[in-house]
Amino acid sequence: MLAVSDLKIHYRTLAGAVKALDGVSFSVADGEIMGLAGESGCGKSTLGKALIRLEERMQYVGGQVTLDDKVLPIADDKAMNPYRFSEVSIVPQYAMSALNPTRRIGRMIDELLEARGLKGATLRPELERRLAILGLTPDVLGMYPIELSGGMKQRVVMVLSTLLDPSLLIADEVTSALDVASQKKVAGALVEFRDRGYVKSMIVVTHDLAILAQVADSIMIMYAGKLAEKAPTRTIVDAPAHPYTRLLLGSLPEVGIRFEEKRLPGIKGRPPSLLSPPTGCRFRDRCPLAFDKCAEEPPFIEIAPDHQVACWKADTHAQG
Amino acid sequence: MLRYLARKLFIYLLTFIVAVTIDWAIPRFMPGNPVDALVSRIALMPDANAALTSYFMAAFNLDQPLWQQYLNFWWALLNGDLGRSIMLFPTPVTTLIGRALPYTLGLLLPSILLSWYVGNVVGALAARRKLLDNSVLPLGYLLTATPYMWLGILLAWVLGSTLGWFPLAFGYDQSVKAEWSWLFFGSLVYHWVLPFASLFMVALGGWAIGMRNMIIYELESDYANYLMALGAPHRLVRKYAFRNAMLPQITGLALQLGAVVGGALVTEIVFSYPGLGWLVLSGIQNQDYFVIQGVFLFIIVGVLLANLIVDVVYVIVDPRTRVGLQGDAA
Repeated sequence: MLAVSDLKIHYRTLAGAVKALDGVSFSVADGEIMGLAGESGCGKSTLGKALIRLEERMQYVGGQVTLDDKVLPIADDKAMNPYRFSEVSIVPQYAMSALNPTRRIGRMIDELLEARGLKGATLRPELERRLAILGLTPDVLGMYPIELSGGMKQRVVMVLSTLLDPSLLIADEVTSALDVASQKKVAGALVEFRDRGYVKSMIVVTHDLAILAQVADSIMIMYAGKLAEKAPTRTIVDAPAHPYTRLLLGSLPEVGIRFEEKRLPGIKGRPPSLLSPPTGCRFRDRCPLAFDKCAEEPPFIEIAPDHQVACWKADTHAQG
Repeated sequence: MLRYLARKLFIYLLTFIVAVTIDWAIPRFMPGNPVDALVSRIALMPDANAALTSYFMAAFNLDQPLWQQYLNFWWALLNGDLGRSIMLFPTPVTTLIGRALPYTLGLLLPSILLSWYVGNVVGALAARRKLLDNSVLPLGYLLTATPYMWLGILLAWVLGSTLGWFPLAFGYDQSVKAEWSWLFFGSLVYHWVLPFASLFMVALGGWAIGMRNMIIYELESDYANYLMALGAPHRLVRKYAFRNAMLPQITGLALQLGAVVGGALVTEIVFSYPGLGWLVLSGIQNQDYFVIQGVFLFIIVGVLLANLIVDVVYVIVDPRTRVGLQGDAA
């Protein structure tokens, strides 16, 4: 079980600190696949990365991350090392280029395992078994990454990242660069790995709500470095409470509608700059429901069991 | 693989033919005539001069039409005959080259290989240490922008002339007998230091900068990020980065060879070092067609051979080229 409380991560830039994560609190239960969605720059990838490895320009400002009752030392790169791969793991956005191009894949995996104090040979049968689950033969271990297709590399990375049965897996935009057929396969693999117990819980970071509807148990929506709404997938799809979630869902094309006749609405305006974010609700300027109280920041509160929203109007129009 | 090598060899052969042709043509396009110079040195009576000139022209086959000379040249070349020197008549050019070659190789091989190795190591270290980086980078740019002979002159002036630590000229002390003795060997090394240092330092800067940039690029690459996200120790990531950063440096070595050889020639001239550079200079001054041709031929063959070796090494160290050759990317 993952619990994050009041996590703040800033990016150091010449212009000042970009507050990419500005006080984020949520939890992911064992066995839960949580989708994390939002538009570009909302902080979703930053959140995913912060849970495993801060990049050099990312600065830990505050907050706490607890995984299975242990506090993760996310601000300390060295102290975090023992948790990586074995407790927290990641399938990165760039899975296609995540393997060293000049090493045979099997050898690279062995060298990585040995560097972590494990024996490559003892894990080899399990590795081959899991590759087979995703439809890959053991031959791929004798190949160089260039000999594999993009989808194959993606699957190899998925198997490698989950090899040590981590408690938490962060899947960062894993379907973004794939065609629809491969997307479906990868999405299926995520669920399968959870069902087989290779991964306890999962955060699937994406901007693709359609994929989340297929795989996620719950969906968390972020906006401008803050959480907007978290709820079980059905609730998000059928009865979203935050106006941003509704507009986001409303911008998706639907089957059977010809968009020559009806334009997709989209959301007018742009998210605020995170260099000096406005006070109060950050969605205020683009929100059709905004009123005076929105100058005050709405708390992220539970309006129904497992359904949290940060909006002053949430409870009044939740079921509407 | 074999087809790739065969294709490469064919290209090298073509390059060789073109280069040798140019090599043959250039001395002949120079104004003047080597025999005139030779005859004027012997300087007999005016009427004897005319007889001598026609005798030498015939002896060197310079009275034949150009196309005939060209064919003669190839024929002799294939028989391993580079002709006889005109300025040091009748010494064969091969003997002259054989005498000069050890000096040039003794300068070139250590300076190319050592500067490449040391430059790569220094560059790789600089990529990770701010302090070192701040000193290596400007110094590297300064060194790599320095012309070979200018640095040579500077070294000769400061370390040779002003401080008197090192000799200014020649391959060994002229008072020492050339024989297999420690004295002679010591004198050789003593005279070797300055020309070697100037070649080494200029080449060093470029390698260090190249390696530093490549390492920084590799350490920011996706595979390095992924490995670190999986908690791989820095040692492993650096090992991969270093190896992958070496690949462009190997290609760079092949590209740089020609420039370094050129640098060695002028450096030898600065230090009156009795290698190929010095030989070719006196060849040019005396319009000695055969010496010029012979020396350049050696350089052409040397550079082509070195490039071929690098080509083969590259196929061995970079799997991506190999996969491309087999053409079976899945």
